[in-house]
Amino acid sequence: MDGFAHQIIAGIATGGIYASVALALVMIYQATHHVNFAQGEMATLSTFIAWSMVEAGIPYWLAFLGTVVVSFIIGVLVERLLMRPVQNAPVLTHVGVFIGLLLIVGNMTGWIFGYTTKVFPSPFASSGPLMGGLVSAHELGSTAVTLVVLILVFLFFRYTSLGLAMRAAAYNPRSARLVGIRVGWMLALGWGLAAAIGAVAGMMVAPVVFLDPTMMTGILLYAFAGALIGGIDNPLGAVIGGFAVGVLENLAGAYVVGTELKLTVALAIIIGVLVVRPSGLLGRVVTSRV
Amino acid sequence: MSASENVAIPATIPQAVPVRRGMPAWQVALVVLGGLVVAIAPAFVLESFPLFQLTMAVIMGLAVLGLNMVTGFNGQISLGHGAFFALGAYATAILMSHLDWSFWATLPVSAAVCGLVGYGIGFPALRLGGLYLALTTFSLAVAVPQILKHKSIEDWTGGVQGLFLVKPDAPAWMPGGLSADQWMYFVAIGVSGVCFLLCWNLIRGRIGRALMATRDHPTAAEAMGMDTATLKTRAFAVSAMVTGIAGSLSAVAVEFVAPDSFSLMVSITLFVGMVVGGVASILGSLFGGLFVLFVPNIAEAISKAAPGVIYGILLIAFLFILPDGFAGLLRRIAARLRGRG
Repeated sequence: MDGFAHQIIAGIATGGIYASVALALVMIYQATHHVNFAQGEMATLSTFIAWSMVEAGIPYWLAFLGTVVVSFIIGVLVERLLMRPVQNAPVLTHVGVFIGLLLIVGNMTGWIFGYTTKVFPSPFASSGPLMGGLVSAHELGSTAVTLVVLILVFLFFRYTSLGLAMRAAAYNPRSARLVGIRVGWMLALGWGLAAAIGAVAGMMVAPVVFLDPTMMTGILLYAFAGALIGGIDNPLGAVIGGFAVGVLENLAGAYVVGTELKLTVALAIIIGVLVVRPSGLLGRVVTSRV
Repeated sequence: MSASENVAIPATIPQAVPVRRGMPAWQVALVVLGGLVVAIAPAFVLESFPLFQLTMAVIMGLAVLGLNMVTGFNGQISLGHGAFFALGAYATAILMSHLDWSFWATLPVSAAVCGLVGYGIGFPALRLGGLYLALTTFSLAVAVPQILKHKSIEDWTGGVQGLFLVKPDAPAWMPGGLSADQWMYFVAIGVSGVCFLLCWNLIRGRIGRALMATRDHPTAAEAMGMDTATLKTRAFAVSAMVTGIAGSLSAVAVEFVAPDSFSLMVSITLFVGMVVGGVASILGSLFGGLFVLFVPNIAEAISKAAPGVIYGILLIAFLFILPDGFAGLLRRIAARLRGRG
């Protein structure tokens, strides 16, 4: 029984990471109705930026802040330079650009920083195991960070005029433009925010899985699954979904399929959700007029 | 509508048509003969390694053709065709190394298995529009090596070590004592040639038009009485079959299969090949195959990471500048030449 409890709590801890990447995916989806395949690679690049800042002797939280800002700028630039020109192109083109981005960012990261695995520091002092040895300080800390980010995102969308403008731009671009919202910039802002959230997720996951250019591939898959469970257009759903996937993954890994098929579990969840309930648990059911 | 236009301006319509259709028989024969010479000559001109590379390029072209059938012509975006490539390769490898089948006997089995699995995957795909299908197939591609490595099928797949197999030797009735590499090249172009012809036939007929109508305007297609669900699942089956056959060919050409050679990169490579060669173009698939085989080799000379970066840059550049790929470029050049001449 103790083992079971441990699996669940460990699942919640890893789920926190999935939740934050899922949150980043939902951000982009909300702002642009895209699912960014390169999200994982962009987050990895951000984490490497943070790593080089820490290596250069900058205090952790300053590096953290710097990375979030730099990632935000990268996200905005990507939208301006790559997504904007193909705004009205078919979905295939968008997917192509995402894949191109994935290849460029992923391989550039390897090219610049090398493929050796690096140790990334955790900001949470390891004062020994907490809660009767069930969680480590880092697991607790990263879960807290995820929740803080979620609350910030919620407050931003709910109570700021900029958040309202972003929602309007995504919901009804034409009317939004008519009332004077600069829709194009709202999209860029969405990308920037998503990149920033992805960076936070990357910095939280790196101490656990160690830093290397491919660390996010599997995590991205789980984040997709989490976002889909919760509903791709609902930030709260994405976070709940992320945690749920973390727990599911751990339980399935421990009791059902073993660790070798973990990615397959994500695949099964994705297919299952999309086939049974495409809008997710909290998502809006979309009907389209033909 | 076109009938009334015909009546109104009878002089303009007949002019435009004969340019393409009216090629005399001797010209067609010349083109076919020229094509055959170009296809066969490398086997006797090239050293064995470049010939192997060309063989692989043809095979990749066939795999890209498979992807094109479902993504290019039918508009269902698949980022997971590496899975079918792997399935075909493993089907052939398992039959050849465990049951001592000959390569030729494994081809129909591999095609049937891939076709069936493709058909099966086509059903959930029906419910997933555009981006979601891309996402699901993307995760399929990521999961493939893990599935192949799994313990429960290790006895058959050879686990992480993979399986070794041997290229078929040239049959005794072939004149001139062909080497195994030369024979492999002929096998590759022969099988690919048949598949290309069949796909071309499928696309230019009623089914091809239905596939494209389903892609371009599903509602209108349905209103015209097309069974879009059947079309889509069958397109997936055909596509998986073609890519699976390419996988079978690659297994014998490389003489080795292992889980890690079927990573996400294979699926991405096929996708890049399709975009660069030309989306929804039969011949473009062949360009795509040549591209994905030779460009990374050149790029690898610069750095280990360079192929990926160059792939990415070229992919985006093509999408921006030449959305219809090499094939589209050639078509445009040809149209311009014809316009001038």
